[in-house]
Amino acid sequence: MAMTPDYEPVIGLEVHAQLRTRSKAFCSCMVRFGDPPNTLVCPTCLGLPGALPALNREVVTLAVRVGLALGCTLRRRSRFARKNYFYPDLPKGYQITQFDEPLCEGGFLEVSQPDGSSRRIGIERAHIEEDAGKNIHGDGASHSVSRIDFNRAGIGLLEIVGRPDLRSAAEAAEYLRQLRAVLMAVGANDGNLESGSFRCDANVSVRARGDTRLGTRTEIKNINSFRFVQRAIEWEIAAQVATLTEGGAVAQVTKNWDDEAGRCHVLRTKDGSDDYRFFPEPDLPPLVISEAFIAAVASTLPTLPAARRVSYVRERGLTEGDARLITEHPSIADWFEALAAQTTDAKRAANWVCNLVKPGVVTHGLNATFPLAVPALAGLFARLDDGTLSSTIAKDVYAKMVATGRSADAIIEAEGLRVLRDEGAIEAMCRGVIEASPRQLAAYRGGKLALLGYFKGEVMRASGGRADPRTLDVILGRLLAV
Amino acid sequence: MAALTSVEAVTTPRRIAAGEFTATALCRAFLDRTAANDPGIGAFLTVDAEGALAAAASIDARVARGESLDALPLAGVVVAVKDNLATRGLRTTCASKMLADYIPPYDAHVVGRLRAAGAVIIGKTNLDEFAMGSSTENSAFFSTCNPWDRTRTPGGSSGGSAAAVAARFCQVALGSDTGGSVRQPAALTGVVGFKPTYGRVSRYGLVAFASSLDVVAQFGATVADAALLFEAVAGADPRDATCVERPVERPDFTRGVAGLRGLRVGIPREYFRDGLDADVREGVRAALDALAREGASLVDLSMPHTAAAIATYYVLAPAEASSNLARFDGVRFGRRVEAAELLGMYGATRERGFGAEVKQRILLGTFALSAGYSDAIYGKAQRVRTLIARDFTEAFAQVDVIATPTSPTVAFKLGARTTDPLAMYLADACTLPPSLAGVPAISVPTGLGRSGLPVGIQLVGPVFSEVRLLAVAHGVESLLGRVGAP
Repeated sequence: MAMTPDYEPVIGLEVHAQLRTRSKAFCSCMVRFGDPPNTLVCPTCLGLPGALPALNREVVTLAVRVGLALGCTLRRRSRFARKNYFYPDLPKGYQITQFDEPLCEGGFLEVSQPDGSSRRIGIERAHIEEDAGKNIHGDGASHSVSRIDFNRAGIGLLEIVGRPDLRSAAEAAEYLRQLRAVLMAVGANDGNLESGSFRCDANVSVRARGDTRLGTRTEIKNINSFRFVQRAIEWEIAAQVATLTEGGAVAQVTKNWDDEAGRCHVLRTKDGSDDYRFFPEPDLPPLVISEAFIAAVASTLPTLPAARRVSYVRERGLTEGDARLITEHPSIADWFEALAAQTTDAKRAANWVCNLVKPGVVTHGLNATFPLAVPALAGLFARLDDGTLSSTIAKDVYAKMVATGRSADAIIEAEGLRVLRDEGAIEAMCRGVIEASPRQLAAYRGGKLALLGYFKGEVMRASGGRADPRTLDVILGRLLAV
Repeated sequence: MAALTSVEAVTTPRRIAAGEFTATALCRAFLDRTAANDPGIGAFLTVDAEGALAAAASIDARVARGESLDALPLAGVVVAVKDNLATRGLRTTCASKMLADYIPPYDAHVVGRLRAAGAVIIGKTNLDEFAMGSSTENSAFFSTCNPWDRTRTPGGSSGGSAAAVAARFCQVALGSDTGGSVRQPAALTGVVGFKPTYGRVSRYGLVAFASSLDVVAQFGATVADAALLFEAVAGADPRDATCVERPVERPDFTRGVAGLRGLRVGIPREYFRDGLDADVREGVRAALDALAREGASLVDLSMPHTAAAIATYYVLAPAEASSNLARFDGVRFGRRVEAAELLGMYGATRERGFGAEVKQRILLGTFALSAGYSDAIYGKAQRVRTLIARDFTEAFAQVDVIATPTSPTVAFKLGARTTDPLAMYLADACTLPPSLAGVPAISVPTGLGRSGLPVGIQLVGPVFSEVRLLAVAHGVESLLGRVGAP
């Protein structure tokens, strides 16, 4: 989408990430998806009169992991607050959240750019809160029926508020990808946008280039895919630029993204009347975390995606693009590292992982199912290294390995796929092709040298793709030159 | 079997175990007395004869099998429970139309503890709607009368529980005390009302009014009976994060009056100014004189922030209430009043479902928390609360307990203050400061005044000093004698 050069977009993202705990944030109900409605509930998460919240320690551990990974300052004493508003999916009429004393403040994310450089995007704060239930409108028979499923109510969320440091829709999408990678790497979130365990709201404004003040912003709510994030923000930027160019003013509204229509719709206007009447949650004492607790959590942090990316590029010679793709999911990065340890050429391994393996990986949250095992692919690489296979045949063998689950060697043996180096045999095939192509031969000898490719292709086909390309080149060159 | 209804709770398990009477007979005696007399009092919203008899029968079955009752400190003890404590399978209304048909699927922590201790829960008692009031006249269903004079209030908000103990419809009762809701009705009905330290008893299952002030509190005809109930329900509960992990010890009731010798009793002058009934002034004065004669030293004190307690409380409690009561919106609770859109449904349901006092407090609290006012109103009240708590800390550097009137007046006439909320709020003037400070306090009867109505003295101790405070209260009770039944 064309940008009017006179305007600069300013974008900040707010992410709600469900914390991967076994039980909910303030009660012992299980966290699980796909169960029948209202079966993972208790007096506390249903907000029954008299029930009280008790903080799940695992929530704090995961929030601290994220806080550390994002370089945040951790408040040793943070506080919970109540955010009061009425909505049917909010069982208590208020949400337990953190307000003026959040757990994590002032972090950042190094967002790598396409050119390999990186830009530091600020994190304003990250705080613990509880998820609401889910309204389900219509029941098939009637549109006027609405139901509420409270299985989700009370699941711990980390709200991560990014600073308005992003300057394009593409950068926003990249920030989101890399933030998700961090959350997944530390085991705090399963990174699932479709199921809503990782949700994003975007605050978008534009301003005249060079202006340091922020323009009026709109908020796009609940965007549930990376592609939609980019498209929605692009659309919104263009809409705001058009409004301003026509001399209009941007209205402070909340919108949603309608991908089918390819546009945002206004959900409601923000007239400044939102008053959540925050006050300290009297049912929960302040959350106090000790130095020892923080140190214990820090000692279990894995290498973060950014550090992995840098080491892949610097120490293993990967391209920036491959390094980024591989570190998007911690299991894929782990898998790549295991493969690289068993093979001689890390760059080739990365290539294969990005182009062949990754498209076949099925992720399920933090779990990933790979099309084949690391030693299997390492075995295939060994046959590339010893010259048994050309890279063309290797790709066929790979496909067969994935399809049958057999090893590279078994497939090579069974199908006779070894590279053909026998000069006599190759020469015989070359002669056969030349004899069968008198017209092409005459043209070639008459100066149409591009026909070399034709002869090579025919011989290769005759060999079933097995002819060693270098041997073939030498022999064919000699025979055609006569 | 009239005599059975005068059996003390503390002796009940022993006497049942000894075969003096059965739990069933005891339970029946209270059920019969309740059936005969409660229609004129209105202490109960629900009497659970079936559940009570079943609980009693299971105690009797144990005895019949020759099993010991030692592990059941409340074996056979007949207990009434304020109707803002969740009882599994038994209607819990909070005396509100909002919850007129609400049957909780779970027991409050304290109710579970009662059952585990072998108690016989006879029923659920009347209260001011959502515990908001000082006379039990704000019940959406009916007012409770004072057994000493049925034209008068038993106080509130736990008026039903107080009246039930005073009228001997049960041996002991649970209430909730947010700003005096157990101590004040105890004083007005001539029974003992004990509010432990905030955090001593789990609030899990107590329908919240003002979460930072609500305490599950105990009524008994005697200090020992109230203490028995306290011991049975107090202690840590992982489901209430504000409930502390701290062992509950047994008070020493062996010293009686002798324990008062050398006791330093603080008399804060701010509690003895204008507005005290002559009966209250004389009753409390006489009690203090008696204490002095037994060797206690009376220490004149000043607690300068006392007068700010009412204003502070009536900001903080409504603020928390406005949030706590948001869930009663017609979606899952309350009789839904249909409307064209969601906000209309909320408004109409809440307009219809809540009584006037509850709505007044929700409005006050919503205002106190609203943007632009929150710091000036709610924030300031929090700061004043800290000052009130400091008054207590400083006082307890000089004295062991503080003694004040419990209520400035004896029981007032039903209807006398219903149109004047400020006069009604004054009823809590003496009980609010200890609530705001979170310290334990107990109301012990000093006797009957010239009006023939009971008067109570409030004894206040430092946080977590329950054992000492109960022992002192027991000494005072031994010294002053009991007021007996109406």
